[in-house]
Amino acid sequence: MSQTQSQSQTKAQSQRYHVIHETLYRYGAPVSLSQHLLHLTPRPFDFQRTLHHQIEILPAPMERKEHLDWFGNPSQWITVRQPHATLRLIAASTVDVLARPLSWRHAGSPGWETVAAQLAAFPSSAPLDAQEFALPSPQAPLLEEVRQWALSSFTPRRPLLSATRHLMARIHGEFKFDPKASTVSTPLAETFKNRRGVCQDFSHLMISALRALGLAARYMSGYILTHPAPGKPRLIGADASHAWVAVWCPDNGWVGFDPTNNCQPDLEHALLGWGRDFGDVTPMRGVILGGSSHKVEVQVTMMPAESRDFAELLEDVKKRSLVQAPEEDSAP
Amino acid sequence: MPKQLFSDYPQDSQRFDEMFVSAGVPRPHYAGLYARLTRQSVTQVRDLFSEVDRQVRDNGITYNVYDEAEGGSRPWQLDPLPLIIPADEWRGIEQAVIQRATLFNRILADLYGPQTLFAEGRLPPALILGHPGFQRPAHGIVPRNGVHLNLLAVDLARAPDGRWWVINDRTQAPSGAGYALENRIITSRLHADLFRELRVQRLAPFFAALRDSIASYAPHDDGQTNTVLLTPGPYNETYFEQAYLARYLGFPLVEGQDLTVRDGCVWLKTLSGLRRVHAIVRRMDDDFCDPLELRADSALGVPGLMDVVRRGNVLLANSVGSSVLETGALTGFLPGLCEHLLGEKLAMPGAATWWCGEAPAMEDALEKADHLVFKSAMPQTHGRRFGPVFGEDLDKAGLAALSAKVRAAPREFLAQELVALSRVPVLDRQQMRHLVDRSAGMRVFAVATPEGYMVMPGGLARTSSEHDVRLLSSQRGGGSKDVWVCGEHAASPLSLLRRPVSATDLVRSGAGLSSRVVENLFWFGRYSERCDNLARYLRVALGRVTDNQETPIEWAALAAFGKQIGILPKACDERDAIRPLLRSVVDSSVAGGLASHILHLSRAGFQLRERLSTDNWRTLNALARSVEKKPHEDVGIYEAMALLDELITSFMTLAGFTLDGMTRDHGWRFLSLGRRIERLQFQTEAIETAMRMGEEGNPEWLLEISDSIVTYRSRYMARPEWLAVLDLLIADEANPRGIVFQTGGLRDYLKRLDESLGDMPDTGIEALHTRLLHLDPEKDFHPGSASLQEALATLRSASAELSNQISLHFFSHSDESVRVIA
Repeated sequence: MSQTQSQSQTKAQSQRYHVIHETLYRYGAPVSLSQHLLHLTPRPFDFQRTLHHQIEILPAPMERKEHLDWFGNPSQWITVRQPHATLRLIAASTVDVLARPLSWRHAGSPGWETVAAQLAAFPSSAPLDAQEFALPSPQAPLLEEVRQWALSSFTPRRPLLSATRHLMARIHGEFKFDPKASTVSTPLAETFKNRRGVCQDFSHLMISALRALGLAARYMSGYILTHPAPGKPRLIGADASHAWVAVWCPDNGWVGFDPTNNCQPDLEHALLGWGRDFGDVTPMRGVILGGSSHKVEVQVTMMPAESRDFAELLEDVKKRSLVQAPEEDSAP
Repeated sequence: MPKQLFSDYPQDSQRFDEMFVSAGVPRPHYAGLYARLTRQSVTQVRDLFSEVDRQVRDNGITYNVYDEAEGGSRPWQLDPLPLIIPADEWRGIEQAVIQRATLFNRILADLYGPQTLFAEGRLPPALILGHPGFQRPAHGIVPRNGVHLNLLAVDLARAPDGRWWVINDRTQAPSGAGYALENRIITSRLHADLFRELRVQRLAPFFAALRDSIASYAPHDDGQTNTVLLTPGPYNETYFEQAYLARYLGFPLVEGQDLTVRDGCVWLKTLSGLRRVHAIVRRMDDDFCDPLELRADSALGVPGLMDVVRRGNVLLANSVGSSVLETGALTGFLPGLCEHLLGEKLAMPGAATWWCGEAPAMEDALEKADHLVFKSAMPQTHGRRFGPVFGEDLDKAGLAALSAKVRAAPREFLAQELVALSRVPVLDRQQMRHLVDRSAGMRVFAVATPEGYMVMPGGLARTSSEHDVRLLSSQRGGGSKDVWVCGEHAASPLSLLRRPVSATDLVRSGAGLSSRVVENLFWFGRYSERCDNLARYLRVALGRVTDNQETPIEWAALAAFGKQIGILPKACDERDAIRPLLRSVVDSSVAGGLASHILHLSRAGFQLRERLSTDNWRTLNALARSVEKKPHEDVGIYEAMALLDELITSFMTLAGFTLDGMTRDHGWRFLSLGRRIERLQFQTEAIETAMRMGEEGNPEWLLEISDSIVTYRSRYMARPEWLAVLDLLIADEANPRGIVFQTGGLRDYLKRLDESLGDMPDTGIEALHTRLLHLDPEKDFHPGSASLQEALATLRSASAELSNQISLHFFSHSDESVRVIA
């Protein structure tokens, strides 16, 4: 990293953010017991450090246990054992996001077939996690039509990162962003056929395409900074969860690609964790006993740390009722 | 005779024949069986087979078949001729299976631990990490005593040269041991003398070892170990076996919702609160065990279970994630792994296997596809099923399609060399005259004990169906045989109850019953009483329906009562009631009818399978069979009456078991509460309806429905008079059909429950009981009595309220549904 830092005088080398992720469950009837598995704690890695992190839960859980999952993501289980009609979680963090090396954008990379061959070999010289992320997973299955479609970006001997960038641009160009087109369980084949979806669908599609070619790709779960319209203030709750992709390159390690925004994540993407697909890093999943129906509301605020004091911002979020939150029609 | 029995049996040596060395020459260990068969007449042989079928039917041994509407179940197919294995040959099999189990346990410990096998290039990561059976949340869990694999089943087949091969491994929740036990009980009785002569080894020590080692591996808090058998539920294909094993081993059979996780431990919800569970033997697949951490789209398992396992607070047998070893794709790697991990040669080979996830292997396999059988290497993959496809069955286009399929997802497929299965004689069920040949394989079981793995001396032989001798599948209509392992010494008559029972083991009250079992007992009581009541009503109504114009007042009341209890449609013309009455008896599609209630009863009984005695079962089975037959269009009154007589006898038998065969614990009390409440409601309504006829109405039919006509006649020898009838049916404490008999019983049961479980709600039953006893016969026992009418109406609503209160108080926590949300 230190070599690349000196190359860019104009570009900031890091950015500090406050991220507040609030989740509210409302149950039709009181629930006597609920157990949840959370992936709401930012995972530190080469390009991100955590300065502060807390999760507040109401009503307070009887049991709470932290754990690192198979992929190394921090997760936690909570159990609420008193009758409750709502469950509110506020995960709040301050993180530093670090700039990626410029070489990721401009330098060459090995031909994609070479990388695929390295991953497919047994025994393989690629790291175990790269070998694992080259395999299909429940929400990113291998589809022949997707492979065929991807091949026009992966022409013979094309450098891996250049081909991946091309694929990303095609997803961005050929697919329409449409929050009404999909749900968390829309199958990949449908996304591909309808040519529309949201960040999660586009990431799954890109992962599936890369894996179908024998390459290793992982699902990155996190947040992205949104920019208010010129002259408008930055609003609380105006941001959203986001997803992108990282592809394994023998020279660089894991390189990020954001097919929803046709960019490579740098200073505006904050990471929660990674997995094979959404299913491995679902921010919150759980089991409830009782309760006739349930509704979930989620509100995310991501702010450059210099613009607000953390404690004040958190107070503001808590004071707001989720019901008044604006419709999220401009999610990334 | 012998010629005829074996006349159709093939004599070629293409396959290994288990019974014969050559035509007409039996192997030494089969000589006894052969001699017996040839001495017997055709009729005797035929009797042998019908005896087996009868026992299978009577014991209700079933196997649920998928893809049949409403979870069809089929009688278990058992051939009466055992598969016999000589002692010295068995020793080799036993050693090989012990080695395999030990090896598998070591592999699991590595895969869910340090994973050195990947790093050293001994196992392709893609085979394991790409397998849906690899459970990531299980990584890092070191089970108690390092045992991942408590129970293993291995399917063996014998090649033409006589050597045994492994064709399948069952590593997550092996089934079949219970069926083996059932087969043994039936088969050993059929050939009792031969069984002794051959010194056939007993199965009981294996199950005792299973029970003892589970107890010794489980965490102990106060010296006592509670083990449960976790079932996916009554619709699972081997539910019968699970219930049978649970009863045999003395483990409560529980569903996921019977268990709960709290304070880092697993608890069973019982009548008297939560009871700690120390060990779970599961028949639930890996991914269903914990909806919180494993498969999120199912609420079948126990949320939070994985965390309890991780803390070491419960033994889960087998450990989650063991299904990954079921893939046949491992076969090619096992010899190397065995040398590396155990320093031994692999004792029993598997069929030559090509895992298509390795490119050269795939090319090779597709090259000779017409000689191989293709299977799924990862059967769980996203719900895709791929049955074994025999290359030899395919034409050119078929082979091309197969090749395309494999190339699209090579990791998901494997190819195997065909192993010619050995040949065994089974009786042709259609003709019942010849023995025909089938292919056979043998499922062998091993259990982990502190002294190493122990193999069940016996097993489950499975035979092919007549349609395809290459396949052994219970799902596809194959059959089974008992496996007899000859002993070198006389088998010791060891029974399962070897461990001395200590005082802490004594559980007398039944307070530890799970809430769900109690609820099922309650409804079983209600349904069995309701069936009896409906049958009695139908018998009386059918007896009077043809000449109903001669007694119009009585018939009108009887018909009105029929409408009230749901036998007759509300809009039914009373003069034209024959058809609906007859249909209620025979047609189970008529809602609210007798036949449909019998199905409800047998379903409630099915849920209680492990708690009912075999005799109870036989009766229930016979009941269910009597109404499962398709009703013929024009059943006559005579036929229906005969059937009703038969049914009522069965209901009485069931009631007799309750009275004479069940321990008086809380479970029995709930069953009895169900019966009394049901009878109270029925009798109250009958009396109320009869009273509406007024003084001129003849209450004889009421006496008949109430099964009290004999008592009445012996006492009064006269035409029924209201005063005497009402006294007998309401206030006579000695009449088991009488009202105060029910209220008195309810009062006593509730008192007992209140004493040991506390806080029983007051529904006023006791007060009503006293009030009924204090009615004045002279003043109140006539149809027009307002105070009697009022008392009966109050009683009816009080009994309905009591039923609600019992549900709320004791069953509600098993009733709440678990839902998975995201």
